[in-house]
Amino acid sequence: MKILKSLAMATAVSTLALSAQADTKIGMITTLSGGGAGLGVDVRDGFMLAIEAAGRDDVEVVIEDDQRKPESAVQIADRMIQSEKVDIMTGIIWSNLAMAVVPAATAQDVFYLSPNAGPSALAGKRCHKNYFNVAWQNDNLHEAAGAYANDAGLTNSFVLAPNYPAGKDALTGYKRMYGGELAGEIYTKLGQTDYAAEIAQIRASGADSVYFFLPGGMGISFLKQYADSGVDLPVVGPAFSFDQGILQAVGAAALGIKNTSQWNKDIDNAANAAFVADFQAKYGRLPSLYASQGFDTANLILSALDKADVKDQDAFRAALKAAEFDSVRGDFKFGNNHHPVQNIYVREVIQEGDVFTNKIIATGLSDHADAYASECNM
Amino acid sequence: MSLILILEQVLNGLQFGVMLFLMAAGLTLVFGVMGLINLAHGALYMVGAFAAAAVAGWTGSFVLALMASLAAAAAAGALVEVTVIRRLYDRDHLDQVLATFALILIFSEGTRWLFGSFPLFLDVPSYLSGPVTLPGGIQYPLYRLAIIVIGLVVGAGLFWLIARTRIGVQIRAGEADREMIAALGVDISKLYTLVFALGAALAGLAGALVGAIQSVQVGMGEPVLILAFVVIVIGGIGSIKGALVGALLVGLTDTLGGVFLPRLFALLMEPAAAASLGASLASMLIYILMAAVLLVRPSGLFGGSA
Repeated sequence: MKILKSLAMATAVSTLALSAQADTKIGMITTLSGGGAGLGVDVRDGFMLAIEAAGRDDVEVVIEDDQRKPESAVQIADRMIQSEKVDIMTGIIWSNLAMAVVPAATAQDVFYLSPNAGPSALAGKRCHKNYFNVAWQNDNLHEAAGAYANDAGLTNSFVLAPNYPAGKDALTGYKRMYGGELAGEIYTKLGQTDYAAEIAQIRASGADSVYFFLPGGMGISFLKQYADSGVDLPVVGPAFSFDQGILQAVGAAALGIKNTSQWNKDIDNAANAAFVADFQAKYGRLPSLYASQGFDTANLILSALDKADVKDQDAFRAALKAAEFDSVRGDFKFGNNHHPVQNIYVREVIQEGDVFTNKIIATGLSDHADAYASECNM
Repeated sequence: MSLILILEQVLNGLQFGVMLFLMAAGLTLVFGVMGLINLAHGALYMVGAFAAAAVAGWTGSFVLALMASLAAAAAAGALVEVTVIRRLYDRDHLDQVLATFALILIFSEGTRWLFGSFPLFLDVPSYLSGPVTLPGGIQYPLYRLAIIVIGLVVGAGLFWLIARTRIGVQIRAGEADREMIAALGVDISKLYTLVFALGAALAGLAGALVGAIQSVQVGMGEPVLILAFVVIVIGGIGSIKGALVGALLVGLTDTLGGVFLPRLFALLMEPAAAASLGASLASMLIYILMAAVLLVRPSGLFGGSA
């Protein structure tokens, strides 16, 4: 027992010594197991690529898996804030988890930088000085898709999304910009894998196009079943259903589909070219938009740390707000509610050799801010 | 709402039900014969799908892929039975739940370690892809029809096995009185391994069949597992006939509820709210069905006296 105790003491002391070295502690809660793991793995890998390239020994990153469960995300967040004393948190993929964690974290004087989820509630009335969204407000990509649908002359869309906060934001965003009629509107179960019933309704609805937001495995299932159903209406979606991790599993069924994204690997700037090359060299696969968001989040943090100590919250917040880093999206700036004001592009799914990927064919919305910014008085 | 749409949705419900039956049959056999709650049944479904995706990737043959899914899931099932499950028969249900939950985690992380975190590609073979036109002008995917047929054939085979063969007699005897058939000289441990592997193979087949139209990814088995438990509770634990009827009931209720409830609410409120409320209520529908069945028949539709 004595040996055990002294061992425990020694470990405790060495952990203390380690954490004394790191001036800035970043807690990352993301989805690394279960159905949505591909997204979390990409965010983590993009984030760590930037952190490791910086080679700073005063920054420590703690990574934990939330398994896409709100309750475990909340537990991990409490532990990170109270016992690990993190300064900055990041990593959450899903909006329902973000809603469970972010307001509590920012209220306890922790910075939260979202690399993915951007629920409307946190962009409008409940915006917070310590909350920054580095990806997009949830509606953004869908708004661009609605604008694209108008340009493409689509007038009778059938829309579907999962029944959770980001799903509702998605259809709200699409409808905000889209000027045509709705042939139907369906909310599916989150995590649903069989869409036969929905596809039958699409077939019977007389729609001229389909807009769907089904991230991760849900999108794979939908696209495969849609391709097999004989319904051949044009499909439009946000990048979440056509990211690099999904396309290989969908295969040729996705070719030619238009989707909207704030990032693609062919955006022409030095930071992006280096990111795509380094990511491929390190992980042996093409980066997805999630990886690009993780990478930008880490670089934003690093740029702010260069200017201010994270313990000096006002100075650090101002440095984050200035967003002086080389984003892989090109120009990057925050609006008044700490959400990006950015271009959203229209991409098309193409095949390069054996690999399915996207190329940009148009700019959907330029310097686009979200619809909730005016509700935020910050 | 046209008749064609209703018929198409009924077919969808049937197809979903048949899929659930393949999962529930193994679960109910294992519970009925060995008295074991096997949470890892969903993991075997995943093993089947991954084996099929891997073999289809190597050989390009869907038939080989299906055979691989049967073989891999049966082998995984037999291995798990011999090494872990066998020690659980005499323990109480809490121990079984804990141990088989651990198996889920081991299978999930093991699969992730082997295949990575990203979904695998498995497609419908070209000779089964695309829609066919059924009498009455219904366009329906050929592959889904094939799933219904395969499921019903497997179901018929299972009934034959249980009702007409020597092994079936032993399985039924095992359900009725475990000690007695051991005393009569049946090699009970071999029988258990066989039943477990059979259940696993059915789950693996279901995983492979569904994997071709859904996404083959880690954790794909757990949502189906929950539904399979609902099915065997409705059908009566241990009864294959109950599993079939329960699976079809759940499949039809879930599909038709999801389609018609939002439309029903749309008569009363604005479309967006109706879609959202209808979707929420539809996902509760099968549990309401389960509660209703249990109120009338506490041991399920075809369950023995509990």
